[in-house]
Amino acid sequence: MSAPTAAVGEESKNIWMGGVSPMNVSYGKLMMWFFLLSDAFTFSALLVAYGTIRFTYMAYEGTGDAFAFSQEYWPIPEKVFEAAPFLHGVNLPLVFVGIMTFILIMSSVTMVLAVEAGQRMDKKAVEKWMLWTLLGGIAFLSCQAWEWTHFIVGTDNGSTLPNGTTLFGASLVVNQYGPPAFADFFFFITGFHGFHVFSGVMFNFLIFYWAVVGKFERVGHYEMVEKVGLYWHFVDLVWVFVFTFFYLV
Amino acid sequence: MSTTQIQVEAEVHHDDHHDHHQSFIRKYIFSEDHKTIAKQFLITGIFWALIGGAMSVLFRLQLGFPDMDLSILKPILGKWLTANGKIDSEFYLALVTMHGTIMVFFVLTAGLSGTFSNFLIPLQVGARDMASGFMNMLSYWFFFVSGVIMFVSIFIETGPASGGWTIYPPLSALPEAMSGSGLGMTLWLVSMVFFIVSTLLGGINYITTVINLRTEGMSFARLPLTIWAFLVTAILGLLSFPVLFSAALLLVFDRSFGTSFYLSDIYIAGEALPNIGGSPILFQHLFWFLGHPEVYIVLLPALGITSEIISTNSRKPIFGYKAMIGSILGIAFLSFIVWAHHMFITGMNPFLGSIFMFLTLIIAVPSAVKVFNYITTLWRGNIVFTPAMLFSIGLVSFFISGGLTGLFLGNSAIDINVHDTYFVVAHFHIVMGSASFFGMLAGVYHWFPKMFGRMLDEKLGYIHFWISFIGIYMVFFPLHYIGLAGFPRRYYSFTNFDAFGGFTDLNMMVSIAAIITFSAQFIFLFNFFYSMWRGRKAPANPWRSNTLEWTTPINPGHGNWPGEIPTVHRWPYDYSKPGAKEDFIPQNIPLSETPESNLPEEH
Repeated sequence: MSAPTAAVGEESKNIWMGGVSPMNVSYGKLMMWFFLLSDAFTFSALLVAYGTIRFTYMAYEGTGDAFAFSQEYWPIPEKVFEAAPFLHGVNLPLVFVGIMTFILIMSSVTMVLAVEAGQRMDKKAVEKWMLWTLLGGIAFLSCQAWEWTHFIVGTDNGSTLPNGTTLFGASLVVNQYGPPAFADFFFFITGFHGFHVFSGVMFNFLIFYWAVVGKFERVGHYEMVEKVGLYWHFVDLVWVFVFTFFYLV
Repeated sequence: MSTTQIQVEAEVHHDDHHDHHQSFIRKYIFSEDHKTIAKQFLITGIFWALIGGAMSVLFRLQLGFPDMDLSILKPILGKWLTANGKIDSEFYLALVTMHGTIMVFFVLTAGLSGTFSNFLIPLQVGARDMASGFMNMLSYWFFFVSGVIMFVSIFIETGPASGGWTIYPPLSALPEAMSGSGLGMTLWLVSMVFFIVSTLLGGINYITTVINLRTEGMSFARLPLTIWAFLVTAILGLLSFPVLFSAALLLVFDRSFGTSFYLSDIYIAGEALPNIGGSPILFQHLFWFLGHPEVYIVLLPALGITSEIISTNSRKPIFGYKAMIGSILGIAFLSFIVWAHHMFITGMNPFLGSIFMFLTLIIAVPSAVKVFNYITTLWRGNIVFTPAMLFSIGLVSFFISGGLTGLFLGNSAIDINVHDTYFVVAHFHIVMGSASFFGMLAGVYHWFPKMFGRMLDEKLGYIHFWISFIGIYMVFFPLHYIGLAGFPRRYYSFTNFDAFGGFTDLNMMVSIAAIITFSAQFIFLFNFFYSMWRGRKAPANPWRSNTLEWTTPINPGHGNWPGEIPTVHRWPYDYSKPGAKEDFIPQNIPLSETPESNLPEEH
């Protein structure tokens, strides 16, 4: 986009002179790029909203060891997300979500390999790497399902409010870990991202299926793999931001 | 999500030579031809403009003639009339809300961009069709579904959304706040989600087509200003509508699932609601991040159309072609960083207010560049007063007189006084509403021959123009006074306040002018539909214009050009070039054919 436009009257063979695709990409890929740009604004809006609300709350000011859940201040994410499946009661801050993140990033790597195989017109390799990407996506969604379940069910002892009631877990209305807004945004943004991953898995499956039935060989190129690949990397990139803002900051 | 369509679409391949005997449904209903889709957008836009206009007449009746007995409308309005024949006060709010929503989104966004971006982009850049005809078709049908949902919401028992077109929470978030915040608001949000998907599908298509499908020789520096305007408009929509999408989704959760994104510390009838921690101001920030670019999404296409029409009909090159492009880009960039000038009285830090004021007032610079260039293009031109030209000049007039009041409103100190008064209503109805509306009409008058192969009747066009032009000033100019006197917008009745008693006759005049202006649009409607079948047959290039669409056959078929796509050899504004045989040289004429008029550097 940053290439300068040709001056009026200049007849030099400039790629911006029309008659060719100036960025040497098909319209389909270009459209995907613009869609992703637009989707980036959707997520930005959500993350900005999250930041705005978060900073209307007090931060926790004591030491890490003395931390306890309270409706008064925003919780420390490490204290909220410290569980992992099959390891009940073990304090593993951010370990499980780290594994999730690793899986998603690895699925991006396998996607790159699928795209590369597509450029070589290697049907078998495309199938193999698309299958791994699919598995990565499904594994991420399954991990997220477990994490959501844990978040909703809550800790063994729950949190006791000053008025004596004890809260277990979180919903869109109440939240044992801190202000309800924390849970609201957690569910909304990771859910919205999860929905994107889910759509991505659907697309990946479609690509995998089309590769298996030989559709791309008939068409003569594997560009669809690249387009879906762009989407998949984008979803991955968004997760990096979600992970940063919800789990690390 | 629109991703689904993007994926599926890539499998649909273009074929310029496929069978032209399409079925009626493929040709006129589920058409993938950009010209048909443009006409679908236009007709739908006209339909919505009539509904939106009729609504404004209804609430103008209430404002101008508060004691009038409207029982005659009982068959249409039913329970929305009170026992003594007056408009129900909640229905009044629904009317202003729906008027705003319909006009801003359905008429001036979809009706304007949808029509002219679709129609002109392929024709003027020299493409057979849009990059993706299938997505283009989806774009229209998502818009159609969105319209159907909005239309249905008008007829439900609790009434359509009534919290203003800006749907600020908590009013819009709490169904118990007013009847319009119930099902009507839900339908509004659902409709807008479809609308946003439609805008994205359309916008992605417009941008991609302009970048990838220009014909040989059509560099960006040779694009007609219409295309520049449509391109930038599409980019604005692409970047701002997703934010409204997010804001609307959060609002849906607040309304239906008990979250508190926008809600905090609310009491209804003495009962505290459980919501804590949210911020209604957050919604305003998100909304106006869309809302302000939206103003230019509405206006820029009209300005692009005007540039083209004024240059053609002044028989002169557009003055400052590059400055025009620069000002479009400047306005577009600035439109993203001024949104908080809609929120000066939300309690924001005055220092922040002054920054937004500064950025807002800078918009006056590119706007003034445009106005200056329009006037200098007209200056000493051989002006041909076609109806399209009159509407374009009318647009320039509105852009100036409405833009001047923008300087007052953009000032954070003065805005405290006039915020949410009729002064604001007057301002944006002139500068954004009427100006864009005139741009749309100018476009219809100018490109009707290309759309339908026939000419619109000029005399009816002149009558339509003069009544509309004078009528619009009669409607909106007095509103400035009413606003400066402090009368707030969206109030059902002003007769209860002594301070505004003196404005009764002025309000009456405004209402009469509104009715006359609205009625004048039926002249256009008659002209439009009559000329479609019975109008004078159009010549190939009725306005002696340079752009590529006039090199197509009078009724261009599928694929636009029967033979090869013409190559472009010059910019689109070679009007009255010294030495040339004619006073226009179309873009597809090579320099070698015009040695007598070539400039030194063109030899």
